[in-house]
Amino acid sequence: MKVLVPVKRVVDAYVSIRVKSDGSGVDTDNVKMSLNPFCEIALEEAMRLKEAGTASEVILVSVGSPEIETVMRSGLAMGADRAIRVDTTNDLEPLAIAKILKYVVEQEEPGLVITGKQSIDGDNNQTGQMLSALLGWPQATFASELKVDGDNTQVTREIDGGLETIAVALPAVITTDLRLNEPRYPTLPNIMKAKKKPLDVIAVGDTGVDPTRRTTITNVSPPPERAAGIMVGSVAELIDKLKNEAKVI
Amino acid sequence: MSTLVIAQHDNADLNIATLNSVTAATEIGGDVHVLVAGSGADGVAEQASKISGVSKVLHADADHYKDAVSVELSDLILSIAGDYSHIVVASTTSGKDLMPRVAALLDVAQISDIIAVDSANTFKRPIYAGNAIATVQSSDTTKVLTVRPTGFDAAATEGTAEIAKIDAADARGTTSVVGRELTVSERPELASAEIVVSGGRGVGSAENFKIIESLADKLGAAVGASRAAVDAGYVPNDYQVGQTGKVVAPALYVAVGISGAIQHLAGMKDSKVIVAINKDEEAPIFQVADYGLVADLFEAVPEMVSSL
Ligand SMILES: Cc1cc2nc3c(=O)[nH]c(=O)nc-3n(C[C@H](O)[C@H](O)[C@H](O)COP(=O)(O)OP(=O)(O)OC[C@H]3O[C@@H](n4cnc5c(N)ncnc54)[C@H](O)[C@@H]3O)c2cc1C
Ligand SMILES: Nc1ncnc2c1ncn2[C@@H]1O[C@H](COP(=O)(O)O)[C@@H](O)[C@H]1O
Repeated sequence: MKVLVPVKRVVDAYVSIRVKSDGSGVDTDNVKMSLNPFCEIALEEAMRLKEAGTASEVILVSVGSPEIETVMRSGLAMGADRAIRVDTTNDLEPLAIAKILKYVVEQEEPGLVITGKQSIDGDNNQTGQMLSALLGWPQATFASELKVDGDNTQVTREIDGGLETIAVALPAVITTDLRLNEPRYPTLPNIMKAKKKPLDVIAVGDTGVDPTRRTTITNVSPPPERAAGIMVGSVAELIDKLKNEAKVI
Repeated sequence: MSTLVIAQHDNADLNIATLNSVTAATEIGGDVHVLVAGSGADGVAEQASKISGVSKVLHADADHYKDAVSVELSDLILSIAGDYSHIVVASTTSGKDLMPRVAALLDVAQISDIIAVDSANTFKRPIYAGNAIATVQSSDTTKVLTVRPTGFDAAATEGTAEIAKIDAADARGTTSVVGRELTVSERPELASAEIVVSGGRGVGSAENFKIIESLADKLGAAVGASRAAVDAGYVPNDYQVGQTGKVVAPALYVAVGISGAIQHLAGMKDSKVIVAINKDEEAPIFQVADYGLVADLFEAVPEMVSSL
């Protein structure tokens, strides 16, 4: 069984971003870019399936401009066998990404697609579910444990009330949550090897997907600032402030 | 123009986040209908009919709606979607699981986690862990939205909507729920509590988390946590507050032994009053705190408990 792992390049989780003063967006010039953390978790899970003999091949796919190849190479260094980049300079919405991924799924026929639950830049949390709907496959979102056993694949999911375990028929789309695993760091030999792994490029036009956006971002602004607070010197002072100033207890 | 709100429930009780999504629907304007799909969920349909601002409750009853499996629900929603200009659901884990499917099947975009309605086609939503707010305008005929509950007040429950039965869609049967491990607690629900006391890595162990719990109990508060505390196994996953956990905005949020990473702030910085207790005076959490106390939590928290 092939496993397909869609990955996205995002502004690194530990960068504090700056909103451009003209309201046009977020400043991403000269900012550290990384693989989306949830995609790293997806890739790690796929690698574990391969090491367990469940997956035969792990294929990484990403939609974007040539710039994203650097982070794709770090995905290859984590162990993926090969990569596919669908070339576009358009800023696509999750719906278009999901349609493009559907095209790749139809070409590659994986038994499982593992995506991240959320890209940490757009915070959309949509692509995996959309892909599942478009393919007519079952989905298991927010996975914290995955047991692939032919027709009896079980996924434990992080839900608002705790955990839920579901059985899904394969092929299926799984999206990852934080507790699924701890992604490995690529070793130096694997980083060297990754440079020679196949990275094929498909033109977005070949997928037949219409990249026209359905939404327009008309403005991006910084969030409202909180008024400055104060430091208190003791527990007694804190309780007094909460009771008599803030009146919240 | 009319909006369909997808009710969330466990077949017995309406999840109160549904009330916040009705408020968002009311702000959009037009008729507001609520869909209750469940199994033996007549009581929930009844509760939904009392939400102020709702003119009609659609009730679909079938075994395959018992566990709110999105693959099943999205087919049902699709069968009635043609009647609506907007379809909304609260961005709980089940709402997030469901709605992108509905959008994809309708071939429209989804706008996630809206915190404000500017007009019937323009909405505000946080991006980059809430470090930026995007205004998003939709050109789709059907607007599919998830609503961040903390962005909208809960609707009142003084309504008298009619309840109409609708047909279930065919079952797919590709997904079955094997089991659930739900956190049982006497405390208020984290997402909607008036007061939240959260602990972080500084708390040190599951055993020590009792200190946080006793403060929460003194205050009648819910207990939350940072990702680090959840990852370390101090508390269950559903305690996580943050960008990729729960978003809360209580009247009082007390952060204990939490450094204040942007991903944590994303889930609590809209709280009305924030208290931070941390032994490191440089901790970023103090930048959003209304009241900061530099102290060892193992001394300060028990002292708070005994003086309250
Ligand atoms: C993709 C991604 C998603 C994430 N999502 C979330 C999320 O949703 N929610 C979230 O919380 N985090 C999230 N994180 C993690 C986040 O970046 C931080 O790592 C995390 O919030 C740190 O938790 P913490 O503050 O408990 O731990 P630390 O940063 O280790 O801070 C512990 C604090 O405790 C203090 N302390 C220690 N001992 C004591 C004592 N005795 N008395 C008083 N103070 C003490 C220390 O001074 C320190 O400030 C995410 C990260 C990534 C990459
Ligand atoms: N441009 C992209 N290329 C490939 N996969 C993507 C892309 N954008 C999003 N994804 C996948 O979809 C997941 C969820 O992203 P989102 O729906 O944007 O929050 C990511 O973690 C990736 O696995």
